[in-house]
Amino acid sequence: MRFVDEFRDADKARALSAKITSLCIPGRHYKFMEVCGGHTHTIYKHGLEDYLPENIQLVHGPGCPVCVIPMGRVDDAIHIARQPDVLMTSFGDMMRVPGSGGNFFDSNAEGTNIRMVYSPLDSLKIARQNPDTHVVFMAIGFETTTPSTAMTVLRAAAEGIENFSVFCNHVTIIPAIKAILDSPDLRLDGFIGPGHVSTVIGCRPYEFIARDYEKPVVVSGFEPLDILQSIYQLMLQLADDRCEVENQYSRVVPWQGNPIALNAIGEVMELRPYFEWRGLGFISHSAMRMKEKYSAFDAEQVFSMPGVRVADPKACQCGEVLKGVLKPWECKVFGTACTPETPIGTCMVSPEGACAAYYNFGRFNRTRVKEASAHEHV
Amino acid sequence: MCLGIPGEVIDVDKERPDLAKVAVSGVKRKINIGLLADDPPVPGDWVLIHVGFALSKIDEAQAAAELEFLAGLGESYEGELAALRDSRIE
Repeated sequence: MRFVDEFRDADKARALSAKITSLCIPGRHYKFMEVCGGHTHTIYKHGLEDYLPENIQLVHGPGCPVCVIPMGRVDDAIHIARQPDVLMTSFGDMMRVPGSGGNFFDSNAEGTNIRMVYSPLDSLKIARQNPDTHVVFMAIGFETTTPSTAMTVLRAAAEGIENFSVFCNHVTIIPAIKAILDSPDLRLDGFIGPGHVSTVIGCRPYEFIARDYEKPVVVSGFEPLDILQSIYQLMLQLADDRCEVENQYSRVVPWQGNPIALNAIGEVMELRPYFEWRGLGFISHSAMRMKEKYSAFDAEQVFSMPGVRVADPKACQCGEVLKGVLKPWECKVFGTACTPETPIGTCMVSPEGACAAYYNFGRFNRTRVKEASAHEHV
Repeated sequence: MCLGIPGEVIDVDKERPDLAKVAVSGVKRKINIGLLADDPPVPGDWVLIHVGFALSKIDEAQAAAELEFLAGLGESYEGELAALRDSRIE
């Protein structure tokens, strides 16, 4: 067994690995989904699958905010950026996400001004400094990021800034998990719950997974030992025939979440009736839009936009990867036509995308994992 | 972009108590601490920062462990730090 990147506590990891193995029932296969792309990154970076017995499989979930943005929304952003006197801003990860006619860099080469920012507050500052330009912030992200956008809009409103708006693409994790649980493609035994999202929403929103679907959930930190500890807690629950929500990351995640963050979101935004997710299709009540009260800050009200649904490239299988049905290397174009330098699909763009994480780290393990996978498909 | 990065609070803005100066791996920048208004951090406290906002308070040992983990991530943490370096929140 070869470890991709030995880490400081590799001995502790081996001890946890032994405890996990001791709980495996021979002949039974276990599938756990890590919902968050940050966890996927750690798993591949540290070769955590090598610490697990072969009958435990980790399935990568949809929790990469860049990965789930459909092409049509990128096209809409570029359409807004093409309007006169508009400066578009977004996080760096968005810059290389392909739309149907290219990404933001390609668009800038044709004359738009799309800049990357660290924070929506940086975008607001650009608006203050450029009163003759309308500055749009393309907001993406799960509940970790949504409060930042909401707080920025509240600040803009308090200052009476009139040349700033948000193109809101914030998504919510719970409906995506529910869509996966309702999908016939995948049988899961439990969830490694997202860490930073839970600092905002807390642990209670996951209770339906244990209650209605009878699957255990362990909200987990991001370090290698956190993830192994969470898998151990999942295995313990299964061994005890329990289904509960446990908080392995309680040093950061309060059970009730952050009420100020939730109030800020509730003040500024509301659920959309439905939203298209790349790969998962349209999911009810799965994304946020700006409330009517803040329509002056809603780019979708300030600008008309095409809103055209664009099908993913035929070769791209990001959808199956996001649902956990395909492993990255099982996609037809993985590592050949689709690489981090020339991504076809979103999963290859963000460092949290399963394909990029696997391309950068996991492929060193590929032979072993492929063997395990081939064995499973027999 | 989902990274939460630890920073040590150096100074809280007296006129704008929702803003604080923090040090993150040697980079000193302003961030917004409005989400922690129920229990505001003071100089010397450590916070977990995401896109310019403090998400939660953490203790120093936790901050050290997170920093070591982030340093091990390499490129994605360096990208986050570079973005923070360009940030000028007011």
